[in-house]
Amino acid sequence: MKELRLMKGNEAVAEGAIRAGADAYFGYPITPQSEVMEYLMAEQPEKRTGMVVLQAESEVASINMVYGAAGTGKRVMTSSSSPGISLMQEGISYCAGAELPCLILNVVRGGPGLGTIQPSQADYFQSVKGGGHGDYRLLVLAPASVQEMFDFVFTGFDLAFKYRNPVLILSDGLIGQMMEKVELCEQRPRNTTFDQSWMTTGKTPDRERNIITSLDLEASRQERHNLHLQEKYRKIEENEVKYEEFMTEDADYLFVAYGSSARICQKAMQLGRAKGIKLGLLRPITLWPYPKKPLAEIAPRLKGILSVEQSSGQMVEDVKLSVGCGIKVEHYGRMGGMIPSPEEVLENFEKLFIRK
Amino acid sequence: MDIKDIIKPENLVYQKTKLMTDKTLSYCPGCGHGTAHRILMEVLEEMDLQSETIGVAPVGCSVLAYDFMNVDMLGAAHGRAPAVATGIKRCWPEKFVFTYQGDGDLAAIGTAETIHAANRGENITIIFINNGIYGMTGGQMAPTTLEGMKTSTSPYGRDLHSMGNPLKMSEILAQLPGVYYVTRQSVHSPRNVRRAKKAIRIAVEAQRENKGFCLVEIVSNCNSGWKLEPVRANEWMEENMFPYYPLGDIKVDGKLVVNQK
Repeated sequence: MKELRLMKGNEAVAEGAIRAGADAYFGYPITPQSEVMEYLMAEQPEKRTGMVVLQAESEVASINMVYGAAGTGKRVMTSSSSPGISLMQEGISYCAGAELPCLILNVVRGGPGLGTIQPSQADYFQSVKGGGHGDYRLLVLAPASVQEMFDFVFTGFDLAFKYRNPVLILSDGLIGQMMEKVELCEQRPRNTTFDQSWMTTGKTPDRERNIITSLDLEASRQERHNLHLQEKYRKIEENEVKYEEFMTEDADYLFVAYGSSARICQKAMQLGRAKGIKLGLLRPITLWPYPKKPLAEIAPRLKGILSVEQSSGQMVEDVKLSVGCGIKVEHYGRMGGMIPSPEEVLENFEKLFIRK
Repeated sequence: MDIKDIIKPENLVYQKTKLMTDKTLSYCPGCGHGTAHRILMEVLEEMDLQSETIGVAPVGCSVLAYDFMNVDMLGAAHGRAPAVATGIKRCWPEKFVFTYQGDGDLAAIGTAETIHAANRGENITIIFINNGIYGMTGGQMAPTTLEGMKTSTSPYGRDLHSMGNPLKMSEILAQLPGVYYVTRQSVHSPRNVRRAKKAIRIAVEAQRENKGFCLVEIVSNCNSGWKLEPVRANEWMEENMFPYYPLGDIKVDGKLVVNQK
């Protein structure tokens, strides 16, 4: 029988973590994602599955606790919101360098600086173009519903261990705070075995000691490590692109939007179609790797593309890179915690593409 | 008599612990790190803990500690070793988890991680090497640099008014209820090496018995950073470091030692 529950996005992530068989969660309170740790603390997963939950002294400590636990092969995650994620960038870079599987949730709020606690999508660059120092990539998943907040915890852990790479769920204050129906799946067991050859669990006589580090002072070896990482990223780009299309078959114009903006654009698309404008929507589910190919394939059939984000226009750069110069690509967005309405999106689409 | 006649198993009085690798130490001649590494590894070998040990190396001169210690180890970001160790220990409470950190790592950039791990009573063991200077980066002022001490970033000597006071981390940590054992030792003479090793043994045993946070501070030299010959550096340490950082136990069995200066 289906197990249905009405939940906040943040709560769905927390319940997802328990059911995905996570070994540990380390976090620090910040609005609008504090419900993740609140839910976990109230739920006492120590009793349900043996999962460890610890409130750290800072986001810096949280991500380094994640680093430690991940280095010993545990399925471990943290969550925060924009300023806290900025604080974690050092640790995320170390996780990427040392190739540690882990899951990080960013429930994005408006910035820069302390910004606002209202929803935003202004952390796109930080998430998909690096964030911390060095040449590295995160797998970035963008949920557009509370159901996906739950589901992507499972997907995220699977991808993290498949590639020994940190995975980021890039959500926002809207998806984190809103309540929707969620279909919960069954409890996954903890302590499922992965390739244990690299994990630091105590040196046994049958193997050499294991070392988890991102350091190699010898330049040629460090370059080889970088080349190895780039080869891994190329494989991820080849195999893990995920996206969703709505009414693109006969579309003259295309919205490109992820997360909460995709939900808004779905409605704007319907409003436009009711007025006789053939609108479609492409929703990237993975922001890195980005769905370049599908965009490039649709583009020649279109008259124009509008990238809609709650930012000054960050993802629009990837849309332009994907489709080239042969087609008009514009951006519409709001900032600082303002959320555009579907009517507003459609009106601005018309201003940019129809009424010239 | 030939040397081959002397090198025989029956003549063996001491040998390098198997928990040290054969890699040549990267430390300067005269540095205390090698000895501190060795006695920690000797304790772990004597207690048969190799397969139970997960170590955390810092950023600093001992950033490559995992090249020399033959146990599973993780290299932490600068100052974050106590958080890394917390993550490990919470998931593996039955394992022995230690960090090995210098004074810049533990007492400057990692002060928050150190104090909060201690305050939570994390059941981890910290070996804290305090030589009053940033060695690896070339001899800059550390939080533990003494008053008037010249370093590359305090070339006219540490001025307390503008540069702050040398930080006594062990005394601060000993105040916290979660802390079980804090001691300050040195490794510059055979007698002190024996004492330091005994202290490390206490700290390791305490973790095995789930007693809580233990820290062994080792006041050490940095002849390169101090610009002194190794023997002179040890004398300077006795004359200047020990009066400010007095050797001895600070907290034992969870209780502050009364006559502590």
